[in-house]
Amino acid sequence: MNVKALVIFLVLPLTALAQGYAGLGGDATGFERPRPGYQFQFPRDHGAHPQFRIEWWYLTANLTGADGRDYGVQWTLFRSALKPSDQAGWQSPQIWMGHAALTTPDRHFFAERLSRGGTGQAGVTAQPFEAWIDEWHMRGADTDALTLAASAENFAYRLNLTATGPLVFHGDRGYSVKSADGQASYYYSQPAYSVQGVLSLPQGDVAVTGQGWLDREWSSQPLAADQSGWDWFSLSLEDGDKLMAFRLRGARGDFTSATWIEPDGQSTALNDGAVSFTPLQTASVATRDIPVRWRVEIPDRALDIEVQALMPDAWMGTRFEYWEGPVTVTGSHAGRGYLEMTGY
Amino acid sequence: MLLKVDDVRKTYARTRPVLNGVSLALDTGQTLALTGESGSGKSTLLNLVGALDGFEGGEITLDGTKLSGLGDAGRAVLRRDTVSLVFQQFNLIPSLTVAGNLSFHARLAGRDDPAWTATLTQRLGLADLLERYPENLSGGQQQRVAIGRAMAMRPRLLLADEPTGNLDETASAVVLDLMLSLVAETGAALLLVTHSQDIAARLDRQARLVGGRIA
Amino acid sequence: MTGPVLQALLSHWRTHRLQVVTLLVGIALATGLWSAVQAINAEARASYARASQQLGLGQFEELRARSGFIALSRYVDLRRAGWQVAAVLDGRLYVGNRAVRVLGVDMLAYPALPALTETAPDQAPQDPAQMLTAPGRLVVAPALARLLQDRDDLPPRIPSDAIPADVILTDIGVAEVLLDRQGQISRLIVLPQQPIGRPPLDKIAPELVRHSPDRQVDTARLADSFHLNLSAFGLLAFAVGLFIVHGTVGLAFAQRRGMIRTLRAMGVPMRRLVWITLAELTAFALAGGLIGLVLGYLIAGALLPDVAVTLRGLYGAPVEGHLTLRPLWALTGIGMALAGTLGASGHALWRLSRMPLLSGPGLRAWGGNARARSMAAAAGVILILGGIASFAGTKGLIAGFGLLAAILTGAALLLPLVLSWVLSALSRRARHPVTQWVWADMQAQLPGLSLALMALLLALAANIGVGTMVSSFRLTFTGWLDQRLTSELYVTPTSQDQGAQMMEWLGPRADAVLPIRSTELPHRTGPLFLYGIVDDATYRNKWPLIASGPDVWDRVHAGRAVLINEQLARRADLWPGDSLTLSGDHDLPIAGVYSDYGNPTGQAIVSMQRLDQIAPGTPTRRIGVRIDPAQAANLSRDLQDRFELPPGAVVHLSTMKAQSLAIFDQTFVVTSALNVLTLGVAGFAILTSLLTLWTQRLPQVAPLWGLGLTRSHIAGLEVLRSVLLATLTAALALPLGLVLAWLLLNVINVRAFGWSIPMTVFPADWLRLLVLTVLAAGAAAAIPAWRLRRLPPADLLRVFASER
Ligand SMILES: Nc1ncnc2c1ncn2[C@@H]1O[C@H](COP(=O)(O)OP(=O)(O)O)[C@@H](O)[C@H]1O
Ligand SMILES: [Mg+2]
Repeated sequence: MNVKALVIFLVLPLTALAQGYAGLGGDATGFERPRPGYQFQFPRDHGAHPQFRIEWWYLTANLTGADGRDYGVQWTLFRSALKPSDQAGWQSPQIWMGHAALTTPDRHFFAERLSRGGTGQAGVTAQPFEAWIDEWHMRGADTDALTLAASAENFAYRLNLTATGPLVFHGDRGYSVKSADGQASYYYSQPAYSVQGVLSLPQGDVAVTGQGWLDREWSSQPLAADQSGWDWFSLSLEDGDKLMAFRLRGARGDFTSATWIEPDGQSTALNDGAVSFTPLQTASVATRDIPVRWRVEIPDRALDIEVQALMPDAWMGTRFEYWEGPVTVTGSHAGRGYLEMTGY
Repeated sequence: MLLKVDDVRKTYARTRPVLNGVSLALDTGQTLALTGESGSGKSTLLNLVGALDGFEGGEITLDGTKLSGLGDAGRAVLRRDTVSLVFQQFNLIPSLTVAGNLSFHARLAGRDDPAWTATLTQRLGLADLLERYPENLSGGQQQRVAIGRAMAMRPRLLLADEPTGNLDETASAVVLDLMLSLVAETGAALLLVTHSQDIAARLDRQARLVGGRIA
Repeated sequence: MTGPVLQALLSHWRTHRLQVVTLLVGIALATGLWSAVQAINAEARASYARASQQLGLGQFEELRARSGFIALSRYVDLRRAGWQVAAVLDGRLYVGNRAVRVLGVDMLAYPALPALTETAPDQAPQDPAQMLTAPGRLVVAPALARLLQDRDDLPPRIPSDAIPADVILTDIGVAEVLLDRQGQISRLIVLPQQPIGRPPLDKIAPELVRHSPDRQVDTARLADSFHLNLSAFGLLAFAVGLFIVHGTVGLAFAQRRGMIRTLRAMGVPMRRLVWITLAELTAFALAGGLIGLVLGYLIAGALLPDVAVTLRGLYGAPVEGHLTLRPLWALTGIGMALAGTLGASGHALWRLSRMPLLSGPGLRAWGGNARARSMAAAAGVILILGGIASFAGTKGLIAGFGLLAAILTGAALLLPLVLSWVLSALSRRARHPVTQWVWADMQAQLPGLSLALMALLLALAANIGVGTMVSSFRLTFTGWLDQRLTSELYVTPTSQDQGAQMMEWLGPRADAVLPIRSTELPHRTGPLFLYGIVDDATYRNKWPLIASGPDVWDRVHAGRAVLINEQLARRADLWPGDSLTLSGDHDLPIAGVYSDYGNPTGQAIVSMQRLDQIAPGTPTRRIGVRIDPAQAANLSRDLQDRFELPPGAVVHLSTMKAQSLAIFDQTFVVTSALNVLTLGVAGFAILTSLLTLWTQRLPQVAPLWGLGLTRSHIAGLEVLRSVLLATLTAALALPLGLVLAWLLLNVINVRAFGWSIPMTVFPADWLRLLVLTVLAAGAAAAIPAWRLRRLPPADLLRVFASER
C-alpha cells in the first residue's frame, strides 16, 4: 500500500474508499440517523452534532474583483466522528478537516487543515457563531453577518458576508433524501450572502464583491453503498432565482434531487428525475476526465442551461480529492454558481 | 685403540649400501687420510665416526664407547667431549663473534682454557678478528676459526671433511699446516677426508674407499 | 618473455606453500577485522539514519519550552495564530529493565511517517479509528512486539519492520496515557509549509525556543565517540595484520633475490620484474581481501547484537541486531586489502627495485641492522613527541585518539632498539656458552621477529590498557552503584494519581519514601534532565559527589543551589561556584558535581520545592523506598497487591544493581572480543614469523648440534627463545598499556562520554595476560621446535656438506 493511500486511509473514515466515495456510504452503527420531520432549532443547529458521523459547513462565493476579473472562493469545515461521542484533548474521536480554495480564471489555489476536536484547535460554536480550524474561521454574532478568513502558503482571503434572505431547507423541510434506499441527511442553506472583501494573491491584493452560499449538512450515512460520487450545482441566476441540484451516481442508476429557490427565499423541492444532467465536454484534470461543461435541464421550469467551469483545473488535490470551482451559466438562464464533482 | 671401525654398513633409504663393511682403526696421535671418488661414502663414514648419524651394521668404538648402542643424548655427549669437527662448510655460529665461536665448544665441554685459546688465536692469526661476526670473514679466515674452535676443546679425535675444499691454494696450505701442527702438538688423532692426493700424502696413513669398502 | 618469468617467480610459492598461507591469512585477518568494525559502524549509522528518516526525526525546525514541556493550550494558541506545528510527546517506558522510547505524534499533523505505511505486509490495513481512539495502537519493531507479547496492560501492537528497535510509535493521545503525561507536549515540529501573514513567535508564545534541525542533539552524534572507539580498534587490528603481511612478503622477496638476479642476468628488465611482482601482490591482496570480507562479515554478524545492546544501553541509540551486505562496504574492504598489502610490501618492493645486479646474496645483514633499529627508534620518538604536541594543541577527541595512535606506534618503533639493549645487557651477564648463545642468537633474530613482536606489543598494550580501563570503570561503577542505589525498593507508579496514593500509603510503612521526579529541559549543551529530591540522610550520606562547595546539601535542600552531573559540568565547564541557568529566569549556584556513569545527557538535582517552581507539574517517575531489608520482600508484595501493579513495577535493590552491572558488562563484550581477536592475530604473527624464519634456522642451529647439543635440547631452546622474547615484550607492554589506560580514562573517556574514572591497577589480570602470552609464544614456537626435534640427522648433516 502506498504512502498516500495509507495517509488518506488514516485520516478520516470519510476517506475510506472501500465503500462509496469518501466512505460516506459506510456503516453508521452507534451514530444517530436523520429522521424526517426534524424540528431545527437555531442557533443550536448551526453548531456541531457530534452524535452524527459527518457534518460540514460549506461556503462558496462567486466574486468579481476591482480588476474586473471573476474569482471563486471556497471555505469548508468538515467534521468526521470516529465514535459517536466527544472527549477533551487528544482523546477526542472528532476529526476536523478544513479546505480553502481560491480560483481565478487561470489559477486554482487550495489548502487543507486537519485537527482533532477536544483540543480547541478546531470546532464550531453556535452562539456567537464560530466555525474554525487553526487560524481559519467563519464567525459572527449569528450566521447573518459573518467574517470569513483563510490563509495558506501562497494565498489568503478575508471576506465579510451579509445574509440578504432567509435560510432555505432542502428536501422535506431539511430532510434531504440521497438514495432510493432512503439514505438521507439534514440539509439547509443560506444561499444569499452579499460578499465583500480582499483576496491575497501572489501578484498582490484584490478587492472583491459578489455573492456567497453556505451549505449546512450532517448525517451518519448519506450515501447508499453503491453510490460512488456526485455532481452538485449551486447556481444564482440573474433573474434572482437560485437552484441547488445534485446527481448521485450509483451502480443501480443515478439519483437526482434539486431545490428551486425564489428571490424571496421560497423554495420548492424537485424530486428524483426532475432534473437531467448531461456532460458536454470533459477536460483532463489530475489524470482523470472531468466534465467541465454541462447541460442541465428542468423541463417543468423551462430551464435548459449550459454550465461552464470558469477554470477547468479547479482540482482539490487534498487528502481526498475532488473538483470544486466557480461556473458560469448560459442558455435559457444566465448566472453564476459553484460546481462540485466527486468520485471521478 | 682410540677409534675402531669394524665392518660398518650404512644404507640410505632405498639406495644400495653406501658403506658395505668398512673397517679401520686409528690410535691417539695418528693421522689418517681418507680418500675416494666423489660419492664413495667418505663423508658418510666421517659422520658415523663423529656420532652424527646412525648405522645399520657393524660397530664403531670411540674412546671405548660403542656407538651402535647410543641414543641421541649419548652421541651428543661424545660430540661435545671427545670429537671435534671441521667441515668444508665452515659451520660457525653466525650469531656469535669470532671470540665467542672460538671458545664455544671448549666451554661447552667444560674445558675452557683461556690461555690455550689465546695461543690458538695467536697461532691462527685471528687476534684482530675476535669481535667480528663470521659473515664478515673470508673463507680462509672462517676455516681458521673453525679449526680454532675445534682445537680449543682439546679433542681426542679431530674429524675434518674436505676442510680446504672451499679455499684457494694459499689459504688451503695455511689451513692444512696449522691443522697438522696443532694436531701434532695436542696429541689428538686426525681423520681427514680429502680427494687430493697431495694432501693425503702429508698424513701418516692413507685409506681409500672404493665400492663401500676400504681398498 | 613474461610467461617464463612469471613461471619462474611463481615457482617460489609452490615450494613455499606456508608463505602463501601466511600471506593470505595476514591479509584476510587485517581486512577481516577492519571490515567487521566497518560493517558494524555502517549498520549502526544506517539504523540511525533509518530511524530519523522513518520517524521524521531531526529534519524539521522545532519549538521547545524552557520549562520542559509545552501545555496543550499553547499548541492551540500557536495553531489558531496560523503556526503550522505538529505536537510530539517523547518519553521512556520501561519494559522489564529495558528502556523503550515512546514517540507519541499527532498522527493527523506529523509531517513524515513512512514508517506507518510499511507495516508488515500480512497485516490488515489499520482502521484509523483504532489508531486515534482509546486504547489506540502501538507500532513497534517485530522483535519488540514479541517482547511485549504478554503486556496486556498496553494497547495492542502493530509490528512494523520500519520502526527502529526500542521505539514505540503511537498517536500522541495514546502516548500521553501510556506515559501519564496528559496534556503535555515535548516539542512542536514546525511544518515546512506555513501560511502567509503568520505572526512572529514571540507575539504568541515567547517562552518557546526555536531549535533548528542541526542544533538538536541526536543519538547518532552522541554515539559517534563509540564508533570512533570501534574504528580505532579496527585500525589497530588492521595494522597488526599487516605486520604479518610485511614480514612474509619481505622474506619471500629476500628468498627470491637470487632468482631475480639470475633472471636479470638473463636480460629481464627490472621494470618488468617489478610490474610482475606488483601484479602478483595484487592477486594476493584480492584473494586475501575476499577471504577477509567473508571473515569480517561473520565477525560483524557475531558482534553486532552486542554492539546493539551497548549502543542502546549507553546512548539509547536504536540499532538493529542484524546485518545487511553493502556493496560499498565490500569495495572498501577490498580497497583496504589492496592498499594495506601494497603498503606493507612497499619497502620490500622498493629494495627489490634498487637491488644491484652484482653483490653478495646475503639474506640479511647480521651486523647492519643496528642502524635500522636506531632509525626506527628515532622515528618512534619523533612520533610520540609529535602526538603529544598535536594533542596539546587541540585537545579534542580525535586528537586524543591521535595521541593514542602516536604513542602506540612510536612505542612499537622503539621496541627493537629497547629489546636489543636488554638482550645485550643480558648476554653480557651470561656465563654459560649456551646461555650466551641464546642471548646472542635472540639478538640476531630480532630483525626477523621484530615486526611480530611489535604486533604483540601493540596487542598486549591494548589489552592491558583497555582491560585496565574496563576494570577501573567497573570497580568505580560498582562503588558508584552502591552509593547511588540506596533504597531497598524502587517503585514505578502507573500514573500520577497512583504515585500520590502510593506515597501516602507507603508513608507509615517505610523508613523513608523518596519520590524521584524529573523533567527534561533544554540547555545550551543539549537536553538536560532536572530531578527533584526530598531532604533525606540517604542523599547526604551516600550521593557520589566528586566536587563540592560548602554546605552542599543544606543549600540544595533550601532551594538555593543545584547539583549537576559530571557530564554537564565538563560539557558546559561549570563547577561549584558557577551558576546554572534553568528555564530562562532560574539562576542557581552550583553546590556540587556528582558522578553519573552510563548516562549520555546532562543532569541536575534541585530540591522538590525548587523543581515545582521551575517546572510545575513534573510527574513522579519513581519512588525509592527505604526499609529494613528483611521487610523489603513483604512490602513489595503488599504494594503489588494493593495497587495491582504490573510485574516489574517494584524492583529490589539487588535486582537493580544486578541489572545495571549486567548492562555494564554487556557494554564491554565487544571491546573484549576485539581485544582477544587482536591478541590472537599477534600470536599468529609470531607463529608466522617463526615459521618463515625456520628455513633460515637450520644452518644456525646445525653447528650447535654438531658441537654436541641434542636436537631436543635445541628444540627446547627454540621454545625458550620465543617465550623469552614474548615475555620481554610483555614486560615492555605493561608500562605502555598503563599509559594507554591512563589516556583512555582521563583523556578519551572525558571527551567521549564526559566522565573521568580513577585508575586502578589489576596485577592479577596482567599475570593472566602474561601466562596467555607465554602460552601463545610457546605454542607459536612449538611447531618449528617440534619439527626440529623430529628432524633426521641427515638433514642437519646436509648443512655441513659441500653439496648444500
Ligand atoms: N642424506 C642422504 N640421503 C640419501 N643419500 C645420501 C645422503 N647423504 C649421502 N647420500 C649418498 O651416499 C653416497 C655417499 O655420499 P657421501 O658420503 O657424501 O660421499 P663423498 O663424501 O664421498 O662424496 C652418495 O651417493 C650420496 O648421494
Ligand atoms: Mg663428501
